[in-house]
Amino acid sequence: MKAQEVENKYQAVMARQAEILSRASGVDYDRFRKGRLVFDYQALMDSTGYSLEQIADIQGRCKVGHTPLLELKNLTRLARNLAPSGLGARIFVKDEACNASGSFKARRASLSVWESKRLGYPGVIAATSGNYGAAVAAMAAMQGQRCLILQEVYDSRGLGQPEIVEKGRACEAYGAEVWQTTVGPELFYTHLVLLEETGFYNASLYTPFSVAGIQTLGHEIGTEVKEITGRPPAVVVATHSGGGNSTGTAMGLGAAGCESTQVIGASVDLRGLNMASDRDFNRKSFTTGHTGFGVPFLTNPDRTEVPYNAARALRFLDRYVSVDQGAVFYITQLLAELEGLERGPAGNTSLTAAFKLAQEMPEDEVIVVQETEYTGAGKHPTAQLSFARENGVKVVRGPSGLNVPGEVIAIPEKLSDVVYEEIDLQRIRASYLRGQLSRLGIEDEMELTHDEVTYLAAETRLSTEECLRLLVTCRT
Amino acid sequence: MAYAEGPRRRWAQIGLVVLEPEERTARLPDDTKKVPYYVRVRGFLEGEANVGDTVTIETLIGRRVQGELLRIGPAYGHSFGQPIEELMQAGFEARSLLRSLEED
Repeated sequence: MKAQEVENKYQAVMARQAEILSRASGVDYDRFRKGRLVFDYQALMDSTGYSLEQIADIQGRCKVGHTPLLELKNLTRLARNLAPSGLGARIFVKDEACNASGSFKARRASLSVWESKRLGYPGVIAATSGNYGAAVAAMAAMQGQRCLILQEVYDSRGLGQPEIVEKGRACEAYGAEVWQTTVGPELFYTHLVLLEETGFYNASLYTPFSVAGIQTLGHEIGTEVKEITGRPPAVVVATHSGGGNSTGTAMGLGAAGCESTQVIGASVDLRGLNMASDRDFNRKSFTTGHTGFGVPFLTNPDRTEVPYNAARALRFLDRYVSVDQGAVFYITQLLAELEGLERGPAGNTSLTAAFKLAQEMPEDEVIVVQETEYTGAGKHPTAQLSFARENGVKVVRGPSGLNVPGEVIAIPEKLSDVVYEEIDLQRIRASYLRGQLSRLGIEDEMELTHDEVTYLAAETRLSTEECLRLLVTCRT
Repeated sequence: MAYAEGPRRRWAQIGLVVLEPEERTARLPDDTKKVPYYVRVRGFLEGEANVGDTVTIETLIGRRVQGELLRIGPAYGHSFGQPIEELMQAGFEARSLLRSLEED
């Protein structure tokens, strides 16, 4: 094909994106749109038509859910040793690696694949470099559905991130076709081409089905902690990336009557690395759960391949923190050596934050880390740090301050080196609001209707008054 | 009854250029803009072929995809890598600390 023809094909495919995505989703997003800005989020979530009980039932049939909630007594002990007297909450972890396919993503995939079958699609596609690929592939395998996974894996030298190479292998182990691309946002174009070519269902991470599937996780945590301690967990920490994890978990906690529980998002700090850079791609040691997704998905959740993202973490997060790559590898090592649980590193992002957060909480309180993930060749601290070294990243012992994403990974020298950095949600909210004003092409809040301000307040988890005050600072 | 020798169709990896550098979207870092957008797919090779030939594979879900043959019998080359001594040392220290706390 000549360059000009490809160029034309590219433009033509991109121009058809709304049509392609609508055909591939089975959701009529326009139904929920109320004017130029407002979107009926609750109605979108309700439109799945599945109750929490029905979701749990479907997941039960798919070998998903009811994972063990484990108390990490040795890590708690070490946290208390660092904390002032009376502080040091009990740390629990939900062992989500026990789901079929080895991560909490199976909760999201089970419902999406179920829905694709119900609607009569001939197969499912998901674009993901994370555990979600294996989750969709495994759910498709057991439900007799065809599955195609599209993942960003290689730099231009053909060198693949070991963590993603492993996930590609897992997808093939479950019988999926896997497309492994080089670095670039044209993943979206390829995704559209494949959706059109196959007529498959778009098992996007961002549909209401995908987010609804996580509610059972929050619900199980709330219910189980109340059974153990007689009250809701004080804090649940969720590794935050595209936003579905914290959104679904918070919804499920709410359904379990845990309104008082604080939901804290945690991401690996990769600030400074360009996610679309061919060179930077293989200089990061985490391919998911990092600030490169976490921050932009908070400030603009609709940067996805669906018209309206059902994962809207800014509506649910009480706090957002970041941790260093080195600290996550360190805590992963301690989880194995002190608790006898060898689990994948990326899922331990939230555990790393929890280790420090626990030191700031009363010792009779409970902090829950809401996931673990499977580990294996490629997806393991030794694999990922070996790869980092081969790609010119220094791995040393040292305090948090030594970490430079893409340059230095510092494994803590002392337990007290495991720290988090608070990311100011108010700044994130302001950035979200500025983006909304700019998309509407308006200069200030005076041009917004009452309904629009109410909507923006819900989007940013503020009262209308607080939202208006923040909007004033966002005038362009 | 005699068994056929070897697999009937070989497992293979193909590659295809989706977009040449000049066709890539504008908002890209310079290093990414310079290289093609490239995809690798694996499946069962149809017919006999040599590396570099344009071939068709049948994927695990029965779809046919055409591209340049990169490898026959592509390995899953990822591993557990090297032991990371910094982590082993860190684990050793934490276990010692825990033991000392238990003795107190």
